[in-house]
Amino acid sequence: MKVLADLKYSKSHEWLKEDSDVCTVGLTDFAQEELGDIVFVNLPMVGDAVTAGETFADVESVKAVVDVYSPVTGVVTEVNEELIDNPAMANEAPYDAWLIKVAEVTETEELLDAEAYEAHCAAEKE
Amino acid sequence: MELKTPLYDVHVEEGGKIVPFAGYLLPVQYGTGVIKEHMAVREACGMFDVSHMGEVRFTGKTSLATLNHILTNDFSDMTIGKVRYTVMCNEHGGCVDDLIIYKFGEEEYLAVVNAANKDKDFAHMKANLLPGTEAVDISDQVSEIALQGPKAPAILAELVPADQIPKGYYTAKRGVMIDGMECMISRTGYTGELGYEIYTANENVVRLWKLLRKTGEPYGLIPCGLGARDTLRMEAGMPLYGHEMDEEISPLEADLGFGVKLDKEEFIGKQALVEKGELTRVRVGLEVVGRGIVRDHQDLYVGDKKVGFSTSGTHCPYLNKPVAMALVDVAYSELGTEIEADVRGRRVLCKVVPYVFYKRSKKQ
Repeated sequence: MKVLADLKYSKSHEWLKEDSDVCTVGLTDFAQEELGDIVFVNLPMVGDAVTAGETFADVESVKAVVDVYSPVTGVVTEVNEELIDNPAMANEAPYDAWLIKVAEVTETEELLDAEAYEAHCAAEKE
Repeated sequence: MELKTPLYDVHVEEGGKIVPFAGYLLPVQYGTGVIKEHMAVREACGMFDVSHMGEVRFTGKTSLATLNHILTNDFSDMTIGKVRYTVMCNEHGGCVDDLIIYKFGEEEYLAVVNAANKDKDFAHMKANLLPGTEAVDISDQVSEIALQGPKAPAILAELVPADQIPKGYYTAKRGVMIDGMECMISRTGYTGELGYEIYTANENVVRLWKLLRKTGEPYGLIPCGLGARDTLRMEAGMPLYGHEMDEEISPLEADLGFGVKLDKEEFIGKQALVEKGELTRVRVGLEVVGRGIVRDHQDLYVGDKKVGFSTSGTHCPYLNKPVAMALVDVAYSELGTEIEADVRGRRVLCKVVPYVFYKRSKKQ
């Protein structure tokens, strides 16, 4: 399982990249591995509000559908249209295949650093 | 607690992702994933552990009469070495299970039933045997490997003389020796592809698996899990018990009339099926026109009117699009009818199409 040191992670397996005025959200390597072949991604629209800890998208693999939770509260400024057309990107390169970008962030969930997230995944595997 | 098939350790070694299914621990997929496994079966070959299936042996002078009494199909004209699909109905005309019957002798038949139903099925069979028929559940002694895909005949031909390989669809050969292991081979399957199901004693199956795996490797054979088994049968429009049919859904509603012989004098459930008369709901295929994947048990609407529910649905890897099967009011079952599925609160547009979404070309 791959984990990047410069990202933050939620216990529900989303990653968050924080830049000065915009946050990028995606699904972790652990999440894509657990899901298997991803075939459909349903994303919000630009301008939609997202709330920390609440679902904003759903991702479906051949066998399962999972809700994706937002690690932050804010407004969607961009959605990854390429991912909608090619959902398998989320399997191939989970840390490049971002889902949404969020600005006007007012709240961030309590997140894990890479090391703590790895431990969290190891515990979940048990 | 879940049971393990004799191949459990092999699945773990092969990198299988193990899940509980019908009381067994089985691989839902291996390392390559459902899509690659599915495509291997369509384009080369895949192998599946289906040892969880149940097997019941019928013997005795009245075996044929018993089968004709407890099952919906008619076995009277069946010859030795043939295989036939059938449904087993309850008194109300619902489905106890769907199964296949092998004929090995005038007084010897084998029923292969769904793993999840085997105890229920065996109890139902035992309770309805005619005097002079004996039924024995041999599930615990028998393992089964499905070898499916266009390369399956070439792979098998490396191991078995041509005259020992069943040629016709739904035929079987017994007492076939594969590297010293006694097997029963039938040209059957649950993928919509050319292929075989190979039965052998538990103690042989690990060696048989490894032999098939090695022989098949140059042909592109890979092991496949339950995930691909489901997407393949879905694409081929094959019904799954608990989805397209159950104790409340009749085989006629599930469009399995080809295996229900109402012209037979008598069978359990016949009276109820006849009394029900014209169908009010029927199985259809749905092509998903809108964005999304329609899964099972999602409500279907035309405007505000609920017209049925989906029974199975997934993304089909070979067709590369989502499709579903559904049980809908007959009035909305015409091909081309537009129906909306309620997918977790969102309406997704679908169109009624034939449920055999994929048909293999006969050229292979």
